[in-house]
Amino acid sequence: MSENTTMTANGAHHEHENHSAFGFWLYLMSDCILFGCLFASYAVLHGQFFGAPTFKQLLDAGDIEFTTVAYETALLLLSSLAFGFAMLSARKSNKSGTLLWMVVAAVLGAGFLGLEIKEFIHLISKGATPESCAHWSAFFTLVGTHGLHVTIGLIWMIVLMIQVATKGVNSNMMPRLTCLSLFWHFLDIIWICVFSFVYLLSMV
Amino acid sequence: MLGILTLKDIPYNVPILVGTFVGVVIVGLAVLAAITYYGKWTVLFKNWLFSVDHKRIGIMYIVLALVMLFRGFCDALMMRTQQAIAFDSPGYLPPHHYDQIFTAHGTIMIFFMAMAFMQGLFNLIVPLQVGARDVAFPFLNSLSFWLTTAGAILVNISLFIGEFSTAGWLAYPPVSELQFSPGVGVDYYIWAVQISGIGTVLTAVNFMTTIAKMRAPGMTWMRLPVFCWTTLASCIMIYTTFPALTVSVAELTLDRYLGMHFFTNDLGGNVMLYLNLIWAWGHPEVYILVIPAFGCFSELVPVFCKKPLFGYATMVYATLTITVLSLLVWVHHFFTMGAGASVNAFFGIMTMIIAIPTGVKIFNWLFTMYRGRIEFTAPMYWTIGFMIVFVIGGMTGVMLAIPASDFVLHNSEFLIAHFHNTIIGGVYFGYIAGMNFWAPKVTGFKMSQGLGKAAFWFWFFGFFLSFVPLYITGFDGMVRRLNHYDNPDWHMWLIIACIGAFCILCGVVCQLLQIFLGIWNMDKPGHRDVTGDLWDGRTLEWSTSSPAPIYNFAHIPVVHARDAFAYDKEHGIDTRRTSEPYQDIVMPKNTSAGFWIGMIAFVLGFGAVWHIWWLVVVCAILILLIVIGYSFKEDKEFVIPAAEVERIEKEHSRKLMTQVAE
Repeated sequence: MSENTTMTANGAHHEHENHSAFGFWLYLMSDCILFGCLFASYAVLHGQFFGAPTFKQLLDAGDIEFTTVAYETALLLLSSLAFGFAMLSARKSNKSGTLLWMVVAAVLGAGFLGLEIKEFIHLISKGATPESCAHWSAFFTLVGTHGLHVTIGLIWMIVLMIQVATKGVNSNMMPRLTCLSLFWHFLDIIWICVFSFVYLLSMV
Repeated sequence: MLGILTLKDIPYNVPILVGTFVGVVIVGLAVLAAITYYGKWTVLFKNWLFSVDHKRIGIMYIVLALVMLFRGFCDALMMRTQQAIAFDSPGYLPPHHYDQIFTAHGTIMIFFMAMAFMQGLFNLIVPLQVGARDVAFPFLNSLSFWLTTAGAILVNISLFIGEFSTAGWLAYPPVSELQFSPGVGVDYYIWAVQISGIGTVLTAVNFMTTIAKMRAPGMTWMRLPVFCWTTLASCIMIYTTFPALTVSVAELTLDRYLGMHFFTNDLGGNVMLYLNLIWAWGHPEVYILVIPAFGCFSELVPVFCKKPLFGYATMVYATLTITVLSLLVWVHHFFTMGAGASVNAFFGIMTMIIAIPTGVKIFNWLFTMYRGRIEFTAPMYWTIGFMIVFVIGGMTGVMLAIPASDFVLHNSEFLIAHFHNTIIGGVYFGYIAGMNFWAPKVTGFKMSQGLGKAAFWFWFFGFFLSFVPLYITGFDGMVRRLNHYDNPDWHMWLIIACIGAFCILCGVVCQLLQIFLGIWNMDKPGHRDVTGDLWDGRTLEWSTSSPAPIYNFAHIPVVHARDAFAYDKEHGIDTRRTSEPYQDIVMPKNTSAGFWIGMIAFVLGFGAVWHIWWLVVVCAILILLIVIGYSFKEDKEFVIPAAEVERIEKEHSRKLMTQVAE
């Protein structure tokens, strides 16, 4: 992460670039495969209910509502949009704009998390617990891992908000904001897969 | 307060463990006393444990690997002696203890010996070879090391507090589930593997970024030294497959801690899901380990044969081909799953195809040696030994890749002989060759060639004595992990195997002597590597002094050709550019953050093993606070003034001149 300047052979200045965005992108691909393995586990174990309430039963009884999942999706995608605006402000070195959009993104993200936790608690109260059968073990692990990532993203966002507020948007801040931005958009992509393969496929 | 930990969990009634404990305490106290006597505490912490210098981290990784080798090798000796005497008798190790020993042997040798050694070699060499001053993320590098160390400590503490897993090195369910392994052994395994796994993924990201982004000007991809190519391939495999290990072990954790049903026998759990996931990591893992060993051979064979590597491009393509193919063979670990003839045929054929790029590599090394002026140094001994041992291991691998023969041979001693044949012959011989080759670069002193060669001969013959009998007993129907047996046909072979293990012990002693004598004599004349180019090397790491200065290169070298330093020497180019004015160099400051996160991660793992939940929560919060605190730190760098750089470089030039004059 050095910002130093060295001379190359022909005397030209050669800036040591910051590699954290590249490195973090590599890490995200690894994280993506982690989710791939969780999806594979879900694919193998889904439908293994063994007496626990099935997805269809919960859907028919109104315990899993399509609208809740749709709201979750909307909140998360809008949160990403807001973070996109934060990045645009950051590129213009607009500190207050960056902070404002980050707050919006964090609130929307927290809203997503709140809805998800509410859904989890409701499912558990209906007997669809992680210990009840292999299907719900895989469901809670997959969706919960995504939720855990969102939680970490929120903590990270708060830390960066404090740093932006105290230090401003400088050349040190940009790579950090870029990494979080990558992370936050990545979680959208994962959520779209969760939405399609876990919820939509079980609803049709 | 202490979770499920009670006084009963301390195995004070097992004489072997009490003896070991006393030994560890005596050695530990001796080391602590020595550090205090020589007043080295500040040096130890400031210059080593808190260091972010890739060379020092590399040395620490290799020290860790050698300590773990000692532990894992003791386990091996115990198993060999048990099997040698347990004919028609229970032997001296009860089954529960014996099962822990073979599990610990596999876990330690792969995760904490081989992986640590490999990451040590990455650290020692890659930044120097690509002409960089450090890795892309020096702090993450220190963190990776300490997380690996935390896992290693966790495995070893299980000797004295509680027990270790009895479920084998991959913790197959349902044996590893709570129903059949109610103790804490599997939990020790889980947390050790997960904590060190995070470190390994960080290493992969770090070195991929270093190689992709920090190569010296002029070093195009096809001028990249082969060891860096193999590091890159290994890192690609690490970061694509370690998530599979993380997920399979995490799901096992959820089964054991939260009562979930991923791999249980009841309520829909699926054991074969675990096997597929963990082998999707486990097979690439052996290539993760062996490809960098191939990289070591590819660097040292040209140096000791005084000519460029034969078929550089094919070597690169073969490496990348193996990288891709390694991801497509995992089912050969359980042909008996019942996937059907077509699936088994596919995976059998893919497995055999890997022999082709590997064969390309073997011929490349042979053709490099052909008509070369071979200098028979210790690294060359290990290389030639590797070619013999590894090719046999490869051929028995092709035998096991045939599903029909695998149905007979799987889980037998034949399999054990096969993979030791490739891992000892490939990975171990390769890393030791690499260590003998590169150690002078980072330590500044030479290692005894005579002891190195003696170690090789003990290992070479010891290997065949130990493992050829296992091929034979495997054919004779002996399955792996047997505690005792009543088949008289196997007894003689197992005694021979035991003799082989003691022969290898002599080799290990020679290697330890080689290292200790090297350190003992390091300041005596003739033992120092004054020139920095001990072997007439071909790549950039030999262009700087030994040990390399903290900044590696005063001027970032400019690369004109493949084998950059050899080209410069031939064309009279001064790689160090001593006539040019020096400039200030900015380097990362040492930090204690990595060390503390690693140590707290160890305590967190220990707390989780024993269900001490308050401790787990406290540790998790502490780690989070350290990470956040570190991100707030501003001055993470310091400047080495140009005058100081000039002084160090002039000093090295002066030594070079005196050497030439002599």
